[in-house]
Amino acid sequence: MSAVEIDQVSRWFGNVVAVNDITMRLDAGVTGLLGPNGAGKSTLIHLMAGFLAPSAGTVTLDGEPVYRDPEIYRRVGLVPEREEMYDAVNGWSFVLANARLHKLRDPESAARRAIATVEMADSQHRDIRGYSKGMKQRIKMATAIVHDPAVLLLDEPFNGMDPRQRLHLMELLDRLGAEGRTIVFSSHILEEVEQIAGRIEVMVAGRHAASGDFREIRRLMTQRPHQYTIQSSDDRALASALIAQPSVSGVELTSGTDGSIVAVQATDFAAFVHALPRVAAREGIRLLEVRPADESLESVFAYLVAR
Amino acid sequence: MNSTVATLTARSLLGRRRTLVLLLLPLALLALCTLARVLAGLDPDIERDLEGPLAPDLLGAFGIAVLMPLLSLIAGTGSIGPEIDEGSIVYLLAKPLNRHSIVVTKLLVAIGVTVAFGVLPIAVAGVVLTGEVGTVTLAYAAGALVAGVAYCAVFLLLAVVSRNAVVIGLIYALVWESLVGAVVPGAQSLSIQQWSLSVVQRALGDSARRSGIEAAVGFGVGTLLLAVVTVTATTLAGRRLQTLRLNQSE
Repeated sequence: MSAVEIDQVSRWFGNVVAVNDITMRLDAGVTGLLGPNGAGKSTLIHLMAGFLAPSAGTVTLDGEPVYRDPEIYRRVGLVPEREEMYDAVNGWSFVLANARLHKLRDPESAARRAIATVEMADSQHRDIRGYSKGMKQRIKMATAIVHDPAVLLLDEPFNGMDPRQRLHLMELLDRLGAEGRTIVFSSHILEEVEQIAGRIEVMVAGRHAASGDFREIRRLMTQRPHQYTIQSSDDRALASALIAQPSVSGVELTSGTDGSIVAVQATDFAAFVHALPRVAAREGIRLLEVRPADESLESVFAYLVAR
Repeated sequence: MNSTVATLTARSLLGRRRTLVLLLLPLALLALCTLARVLAGLDPDIERDLEGPLAPDLLGAFGIAVLMPLLSLIAGTGSIGPEIDEGSIVYLLAKPLNRHSIVVTKLLVAIGVTVAFGVLPIAVAGVVLTGEVGTVTLAYAAGALVAGVAYCAVFLLLAVVSRNAVVIGLIYALVWESLVGAVVPGAQSLSIQQWSLSVVQRALGDSARRSGIEAAVGFGVGTLLLAVVTVTATTLAGRRLQTLRLNQSE
């Protein structure tokens, strides 16, 4: 079992702070690094992979600093986000070359095993340049696990995969994590992360916004104040009925392009969506439109940071 | 030297379209020399020239001054530059490999390519022009070899430190060495072309003066500078690869 420890790490590029004072410890099991695009997830993965020097703080693998130490790659496998590989060779030759670069005792068996694990045996003798995005992703995965690493870092591994391939990779990561490996993968899709990650670390704008299992993260995301705009047959009556609800913290009557609109701020998402139709039915009000005003992932993340 | 790195490098270097240029340049040299030989058979004046300064002129002006820097530019930058630009270098860097051994391996591949497409064609051109594997042929082959080694090392370093390695390399080879070097005598002292010419001059011996070959530096200084530049550039490239920042999306 190996652990990656990130201690008060910041990384800036000129005036841009990509990673801002992050501390986390990544142990055996699957950890999802969740955040919107541009949150600094890739930078953090590059820091963990020893390709970037922290501007401040330390990144260690089992207590040893990772930067500029090629020996860590005996224990670390990396699936980069970028697709480019050595396109002029076929899948088998490329995975075999990776096994040889690791100086494995039996590179052929290791390559065969890795290719079988990602289910690419049928297409292994085709040139990489002819592969689909999902196939490239699987060959990348095979190169990362060919030396049986204790730590596996994956940068947006689900990008470009179809649902079946996605499911397959999820099962694979789940299995590798259950075997006691430390698996870290980045994603900007909560549903992807919560399906397999035992632990989720949320990053927003370079900062560590939240941490926990998927239930905690879900709760944080659903219990934040939600904004809705509602159009109904009697906006004023609806507004006065809603403000009496404990799940509602504010109501505003405003005029929109199609007449008036009720803007509601709900503190408890689940209680509010339950209460709204009951209140409307009780008051004899028809709901014409109910629209969440801030459901973008960015606003969810922004809330987590401001918390 | 790592044979897997060498294989991957050679396949990606020779698998690119720009590699076609690798073939065109030596073919142009051989065509030119063959034409000179054929014309010499028809015209005694040209034949006299060929026995005099024409062969060294062609091998020097085209072979060492044009063919070698351009070939080395393609091979030196092409052995590592595209991998850095595309990001596929990560598959070499995420391995327990010494960075210097990666650089040395890639340099050896680049040198191999320049030998195959530059030094050997120059030797063949020498045989076509002179009709023998004599001093002229061997002198220019040796000069081309040392030039190729130094150029490749410098251009490989350029590819590791800059994304504009090809442009910078072209400016160096064509503007600095050929243009500035022709006008400003001092500039010739800082020229791989002139350093390798000092090797040609030494190998030709007395006939060098008759053919009007005079390098800007002496043989000792020339070889020393070639060695220093090659070793320094290779070391710096290895060091730079240790801290190479990979392209990333965020």
